[in-house]
Amino acid sequence: MAETVKPRLYPLHGGDLTAAEAQIADIPHRFPLRKRWWIALGLAALLTLVLLGTVGATFAEGIGLWGNNAPNYWGMAIMNYVWWIGIGNAGTMISALLLLLGQGWRNSLNRLAETMTVFAVVCAGIFPIIHLGRPGFVLYMFPYPNTMGLWPQFRSPLFMDVTAVFVYLLVSLMFWYVGMIPDFASLRDRAPTRRRAVVYGVLALGWRNSARHWLNWWSAYKGCALLAVPLVISVHSGVALLFAMGPQAGWHTTVFPPFFVIGALFSGFAVVAMLAVGLRSIFSLDALITTRHLDVLGKVLLATGLMTSYGYVMEAFTMWWSGDPYEMNTLMDRFTGDYAWAWWSTIACNLVLIQLLWFRAFRVTPALLFLMGLVATVGMWLERFMLVVTALYRPFIPAADGFYTPTYVEWLIFAGTLGLFGLLYLLFIRFLPLLSGFEVKETLAEMARKRGEAVGPAGPRATAAAKEAPR
Amino acid sequence: MAQVFKPSADIILRAVILIIVIAVIVTVVSGWLYWHSGWLTDVAEAPEQPVPFSHRHHAGDLNIDCRYCHYTGEETAKAGLPTSETCMTCHSQLWTEAEALRPVRQAYTEGRPLWWQRVVDSPDFVYFNHAAHLDVGVGCTTCHGPVQEMALTYESHAYTMGWCLDCHRDPAPNLRPEGAVTAFDWRPRTGLSETERQALLEARDVHPERLTDCYTCHR
Repeated sequence: MAETVKPRLYPLHGGDLTAAEAQIADIPHRFPLRKRWWIALGLAALLTLVLLGTVGATFAEGIGLWGNNAPNYWGMAIMNYVWWIGIGNAGTMISALLLLLGQGWRNSLNRLAETMTVFAVVCAGIFPIIHLGRPGFVLYMFPYPNTMGLWPQFRSPLFMDVTAVFVYLLVSLMFWYVGMIPDFASLRDRAPTRRRAVVYGVLALGWRNSARHWLNWWSAYKGCALLAVPLVISVHSGVALLFAMGPQAGWHTTVFPPFFVIGALFSGFAVVAMLAVGLRSIFSLDALITTRHLDVLGKVLLATGLMTSYGYVMEAFTMWWSGDPYEMNTLMDRFTGDYAWAWWSTIACNLVLIQLLWFRAFRVTPALLFLMGLVATVGMWLERFMLVVTALYRPFIPAADGFYTPTYVEWLIFAGTLGLFGLLYLLFIRFLPLLSGFEVKETLAEMARKRGEAVGPAGPRATAAAKEAPR
Repeated sequence: MAQVFKPSADIILRAVILIIVIAVIVTVVSGWLYWHSGWLTDVAEAPEQPVPFSHRHHAGDLNIDCRYCHYTGEETAKAGLPTSETCMTCHSQLWTEAEALRPVRQAYTEGRPLWWQRVVDSPDFVYFNHAAHLDVGVGCTTCHGPVQEMALTYESHAYTMGWCLDCHRDPAPNLRPEGAVTAFDWRPRTGLSETERQALLEARDVHPERLTDCYTCHR
């Protein structure tokens, strides 16, 4: 039956959709892998405690605990910030842009990608604040009525960046929540206990599946999507301007905003690919996340990877073409300097290894696609290390040269944010609708209609059940 | 299946949302009010002094010049608080037996100054310089308020950074002519035209564009 009709909302689905719909709605109520979930949650919670401990130590002792020094002011805090915010970039891209473009295949991936976005932005937001050394000073970034008669410096990319990130977090949260409302109602109706029914019921905001509800919901959902799409561009452009607006050799180039946005999408899609492959195999979601989805993800990963590689080439070309001795110096440092390993391993991951995605096997074999996602994620972290360190460690005056070596505290903070992300994501998997279920229902109805069957207001299954009832 | 919620749930949810909105508004407004209120700024509160010194009597009624007691203001960063010798220049002759002045005489015989309590205490990260202000014609009452009317000395207004910047952004109306820095009856100029403003600034060599740099006050 799946082969004969091509539904609008799940064009790439395969297998038994009715069973899949029941399965995803049952995950929060009858969670299949309790023991493994608790073990994973314990590990993630432990890493989160490490994060709290190391951040607490940083607040108590100051950022002298880190490897940051006079020319290397930014260090790992900023690399991790850019890396996390980049990962957060793809979720909204998949959800909002593909929704507006009417690409139905997104429905298998949007929920897990949006969730990734929200949690990645949370992890990213920690770093600029702890990097201040005196975290209370973050207040100076906000335009609030104060007795000092001061506004933030609106011309500074710092202000632009903080604004972009906060707006992005807010809109992503709204988009995420609004998208889940119909599924919350479904979870409420299937809830085994009254307490769960009340919690999911409150979250569902009194959803009754009426036509008016759907009309209002659709306006809200599309409105959020329209708000979110420009933010995908602005949030990482803001990050890029933090680099590009300073007169630093190696950063001061106009290619940075698009280069950063594309790089962010690249790393974001890499993590979406890993999450999709992982969740698919853990919960056997093969009917909804098919090999064709993996194929699409692999192609997008390859495309964004090639665009990122174009960025590397253009960046190097621009530095050479400038003829500026300091730019040339930084360029040669990247090729042959003390941190040349960072540049070459970035190129190895993001330009060379990514070419494997031209082979179909690397796109549709879950394990291989996961591996490619990992390569891109690691490659993008190395890229941020390369960008931050190679431009800073040899500034204009040779006397100011200095090396950067991250300390164990910085590594532990980074590991801690991975733990925090894992913790939040595990809670999401356990308690929130993992995939969008109402779109599966709509697909079932659509297919039933195409087969010429009657479809009632509650969907084809309910109508079938009504028919079977004794007449 | 039984209904999860009663019909009243709708009203409760709406009420909760309304309360949250009101709470946010109340927090912001009351925060703003508190930040500008006397509870935080101590405006109009006179700290207790070793003697109940009255500026209204000395400066207002007797018209003693500010610089008689605060005599380092024109030369140094600090205007200075009077030593017990300064008080005794008059009070060795006048009110020599007054009970209220006993601490002055005591300090004088012990050879120490009175322990005056600072009324205006600018924070340590602000480098305020009295001489720099008096030199260009910013007078005493411009910042310290109507001292000649204060029976006990108090802050006439909140010394916030915003208040400093009001004048640093537009100093011309407060630039007094030579010799008027200690005048009590001088009022800021109003209705200055742009040419008059520029003339005043030029006469005193004041450059407002430099006055709002961070390092003008914070070093």
